[in-house]
Amino acid sequence: MIRFLLNNELQEVDQVAPCTTVLDYLRDHLGRTGTKEGCASGDCGACTVVVAAPEHGRLHYRSLNACITPLGNLHGHQLLTVEDLASEDRLHPVQQAMVDCHGSQCGFCTPGFVMSMFAHRKNHAVPEREEILESLGGNLCRCTGYRPIVEAAVQMYDPAIEDAFSAGESAVAERLTALAAAPGSLHLAQQSYHAPTTLEELATLLTNHADARLVAGATDLALEFTQALKPSDRLVFTGCVPELLRLEEKEGYLEIGAAVTYSRCQATLSAHWPALRELLARLGSQQIRNQGTVGGNIANASPIGDMPPVLIALEATLVLRKGATIRELAIDAFFKAYRQTALEPGEFIEAIRIPLPHEGDLFQVYKVSKRLDDDISTVCAAFRLTLQGEGETITAARIAFGGMAEIPRRAAAAEAALTGQAFNEQTLEQACLALHGDFTPISDFRSSAAYRSEVAANLLRRLWLSQQLSPAQLQVTHYA
Amino acid sequence: MRKLPEEREASTSGPATAGAVKHDSAALHVSGKARYVDDLPAPANLLYAYPGLSTVARGRILSMDLSAVRALPGVAAVLTCDDIPGHRDIGPVFPGDPLLAEGEVSFLGQVLFVVAASTQQVARQAARLASIEYEEQPPALDVVDGIGEQRFVRPTHSQQRGDTRAALEAAPHTLRGEFHSGGQEQMYLEGQAAMAVPQDDGGMLVYSSTQHPSEGQKLVAEVLGLPLSLVTCEVRRMGGAFGGKETNANQWACLAALLARHTGSAVKLRLARAEDFITTGKRHPFYSRYEVGFDSDGMILGLDLELAGNCGMSPDLSDAIVDRAMFHADNAYFLPAAHIRGHRVQTNTVSHTAFRGFGGPQGMLAIENIVEQIATATGLDPLDVRKRNFYTAEGGRDTTHYGQQLNQHIVAPLVERLERSADYRARREAIREANAASPVLKRGLALTPVKFGISFTVQHLNQAGALLHVYTDGSIQLNHGGTEMGQGLYTKVAQVVARELQVDLASITCTATRTDKVPNTSPTAASSGSDLNGMAAKDAAGKIRRRLTVFAAEHFGVAEDEIHFSAGYIRAGEHKLSFAELAQLAYMHRVPLSATGYYRTPKIHYDRTTAQGRPFFYYAYGAAVSEVVVDTLTGEYRVLRTDICQDVGDSLNPAIDVGQVEGGFIQGMGWLTTEELVWGEDGRLQTTGPAGYKIPAISDTPEILNVELLPDSPNTEATIFHSKAVGEPPLMLAISVWAALRDAIASLGEYRHSPPLDAPATPERVLAACQAVRTAHREPRP
Repeated sequence: MIRFLLNNELQEVDQVAPCTTVLDYLRDHLGRTGTKEGCASGDCGACTVVVAAPEHGRLHYRSLNACITPLGNLHGHQLLTVEDLASEDRLHPVQQAMVDCHGSQCGFCTPGFVMSMFAHRKNHAVPEREEILESLGGNLCRCTGYRPIVEAAVQMYDPAIEDAFSAGESAVAERLTALAAAPGSLHLAQQSYHAPTTLEELATLLTNHADARLVAGATDLALEFTQALKPSDRLVFTGCVPELLRLEEKEGYLEIGAAVTYSRCQATLSAHWPALRELLARLGSQQIRNQGTVGGNIANASPIGDMPPVLIALEATLVLRKGATIRELAIDAFFKAYRQTALEPGEFIEAIRIPLPHEGDLFQVYKVSKRLDDDISTVCAAFRLTLQGEGETITAARIAFGGMAEIPRRAAAAEAALTGQAFNEQTLEQACLALHGDFTPISDFRSSAAYRSEVAANLLRRLWLSQQLSPAQLQVTHYA
Repeated sequence: MRKLPEEREASTSGPATAGAVKHDSAALHVSGKARYVDDLPAPANLLYAYPGLSTVARGRILSMDLSAVRALPGVAAVLTCDDIPGHRDIGPVFPGDPLLAEGEVSFLGQVLFVVAASTQQVARQAARLASIEYEEQPPALDVVDGIGEQRFVRPTHSQQRGDTRAALEAAPHTLRGEFHSGGQEQMYLEGQAAMAVPQDDGGMLVYSSTQHPSEGQKLVAEVLGLPLSLVTCEVRRMGGAFGGKETNANQWACLAALLARHTGSAVKLRLARAEDFITTGKRHPFYSRYEVGFDSDGMILGLDLELAGNCGMSPDLSDAIVDRAMFHADNAYFLPAAHIRGHRVQTNTVSHTAFRGFGGPQGMLAIENIVEQIATATGLDPLDVRKRNFYTAEGGRDTTHYGQQLNQHIVAPLVERLERSADYRARREAIREANAASPVLKRGLALTPVKFGISFTVQHLNQAGALLHVYTDGSIQLNHGGTEMGQGLYTKVAQVVARELQVDLASITCTATRTDKVPNTSPTAASSGSDLNGMAAKDAAGKIRRRLTVFAAEHFGVAEDEIHFSAGYIRAGEHKLSFAELAQLAYMHRVPLSATGYYRTPKIHYDRTTAQGRPFFYYAYGAAVSEVVVDTLTGEYRVLRTDICQDVGDSLNPAIDVGQVEGGFIQGMGWLTTEELVWGEDGRLQTTGPAGYKIPAISDTPEILNVELLPDSPNTEATIFHSKAVGEPPLMLAISVWAALRDAIASLGEYRHSPPLDAPATPERVLAACQAVRTAHREPRP
């Protein structure tokens, strides 16, 4: 059984197919049709709901795409949908602001926007436009052109009243803590969903059931259910295992538990590596960052995943566990072929270890995509050069690309062309030439192979130019 | 990091007049209470339908084995074309759109059969289990080849003025060129959906997310072999449509009705996003080639232009769409000699259809590209070339190449106003200086005008009906033939009635558009919703007002001109009573309180044999200035600022109109920038959802977006309260973004080389254009 609160109402669910999404549960099982299906792939935000979980006696609110969230992931959470916001026929300030600013036209994306804005208001004390755009980048509106919505997201702070949710926060937190104490599960005939609460339990489930699919944020896995219509019979959730949720700075490295979401580690990563700030803000959408995990991003082994090239450049290692056996593997040895990894049956990623930055490292990350918000990279590049002697000589180079090959991987020839050379334009041009030998990218709907090759080289040139020009002179995302 | 829009006051949305009332469903939208088709409570035993699609683009069906589809537990019915009792073709104007494929397939994704099952999931799964054998043929996909091979869904139409050949030969300069613009997916957030409920009299009630309920009703009736009177189609609201639910909603309504008839159960058909992308038509991709003659001042002397719309597999609305492209191939410019030909090329893709602008944007972009080429060739500022070529009241430069005389010359003053308010000239200088000092990032600026013709070019569609009931408590129920897709039509039409009867807007309830309330309606399209339905509703309200006036005059013994309606009250001489009191009194004296209204647009005609006439009742004008910054290393870009001035006549509702202007502009920007449809060589659409098809997101909206509705400029034609249509025209304001990108790229060659920039100007196309200009600039000029 999984247990969660739908607003304040306890839901105890068992006989439900484990691949049932929160969206389908709301609409088909409960008849709550305020939450809309726009794409069923986590790309439009129409189905955005908010979940709350206890944190230090209070509640932490996250926006999620209900269409790609397995129902079981709600275990121990409070689920809030658009129907829950208004109280006694009085619109919530978020809703009232949307009405007052003419923020809805057809109204179909509106419930999703309202919920993203609600989560934003819960997580930000004052309206900062940049933060608002980051929170709403995963909500598509085809009617308004967004201007009135941005306006509403500012106006919703006035009046700065406490809503009914704030008043009930500690009581809800207490109830949720009690609900989460028991492990959650779902069963329907031979199908099952398990949310183990210890590492051992998780390891055992995976060892005993070769067919089990590991679920973290499900941002990719759920597409198998909603798009390919290939449900899995047995799902095992990582998100309730405390060891997998740790984010710790250890001696010389940062350790990220495999189930840590992007929004959880965004600030820490950006503090250590400021170059990651933009990448993380543009990685998926707020809903995806709230749901997707670093571990899932790696295990999923997409050719393009934005974090893997970064981790390769930073020489990250993976802690892999199978039963009680642990091994540590360099991340660039993890990706074997298209969507194939070094994971053995029953083995899973426990943590990611990233060596902390060294003095004298030049580290840059660039993402190029068709659209700035919520888009998969056409090319993603991570550069790390170790410089010596006032930055004159490159003693080591690690360059990794996403989108350039069937797996995220290093540019060996370009690295060789840089290593040991003077750090100047000529060297970089040599590396650009060498880079053409490193990759044979494909043409697809994101771009042609030629564009990918050209951009990859130009990003290397941008790296050099970043020594002379400010980001505002070099990148449209920084242009002021 | 991304820079964010400056904080703006809420009031900049438009003047805070009484007209700027909120959308009638706003409170329902924000609380999740507004129901769309898929949200309607399920009737008992509801079945879920899903279509089975062809997996090849062109070929003959040798065999269709549906046994596995039928065998899946939960499947209730599987139907093919042989199960259709009535018409098998649902082509809206011309035949060519089989409801279910008959022996042949003409695009990848064509519907072959349809399943009804106990759940949506089972229906979708079952639809994928068919085993089909095809005799495959290579698909025809190239539009240029199609012109050569005369592969057309409809005959070519031609418009001509003067001796174009002679004009070109006499012109001091000529240029030839060709240009491609891409298609565009409507990407309404609510996908296609319909639910059919069988009635006890053998009829069918269909809830459909459609812009054209009367066409849905007619086609359902024809497919089922029923009289139209036994079929009712209802739509309360759509979650966006943009033209994509004009003809393209019909198939799903028909299939649901067919299954409902067959099973006796209510049947719902809702497409998942990928199938919605695959099976429904988009904005036509266009190809154009031209020869233009001009002088050193940039004056156009002659234009020979071929426009070719990629229509996909069938005619659908392509005749009218390519016509509209031709009607807008002048945009705001006088063409002294012109020969415009419009081709409707057939390809093996989904049949392309209506999308906001309906061909107009494609025609307008073609001429704007030509104007840009002339500017580069003459070294003039593109704005000066544009201004010199505007239609003018004097000098015999006031008639279009299809013979319509312009009688409201506001494009020139509107552009002057915007040029000043947006500080165009000073910014132009500042940008050139800044670019010279910026090695990688280059800025661009452009001001482009829009002149858009308002009316359906198919004459009979320019009519509308309304139905108005006044109840004895003074509350009013309003119904009309227009549909609500988010554009605020219900709100605007209710405002018209409130104004006519001088009652509080809150006393008026708009009810769902239904074919049994107002029959034989036109689609809500061509920006005509308020113009047509507003007038029809005014007519109905006027009849009621007239009856009440006559009654009150007689009842109170005063002259009719002593009866005044004002602010919810009626004064009859010395008597004053509320509207509700008068309604009740009238009822007691047996005065009918229900009326129909009707309107047809006057003055319009177009003779296709001579290609001359007045197809448009009037034109709506606008202009936009956009500034962009381009990364010349990657082709990435951002729109930094846009200033818009839009002519809406006397606005019915400034808040709603500003919403249409901003939304249309951003949607047009998507068409010209990041929205790229990609088909494979096998005819398979590769961009089948928002993951791969990128409509503008929130950060794409310019940091500074100043929108002004042109003040003090009532429509000189007798439209509803002298307003103008606003649905489509603003989309084409986005051409300023495309032109600004071009301007930024041109800076790489000191503005002497023309960047080859087809649309959409994706980062990839922008980078390619950067490289082309760099290369041209390095080579010595001939």
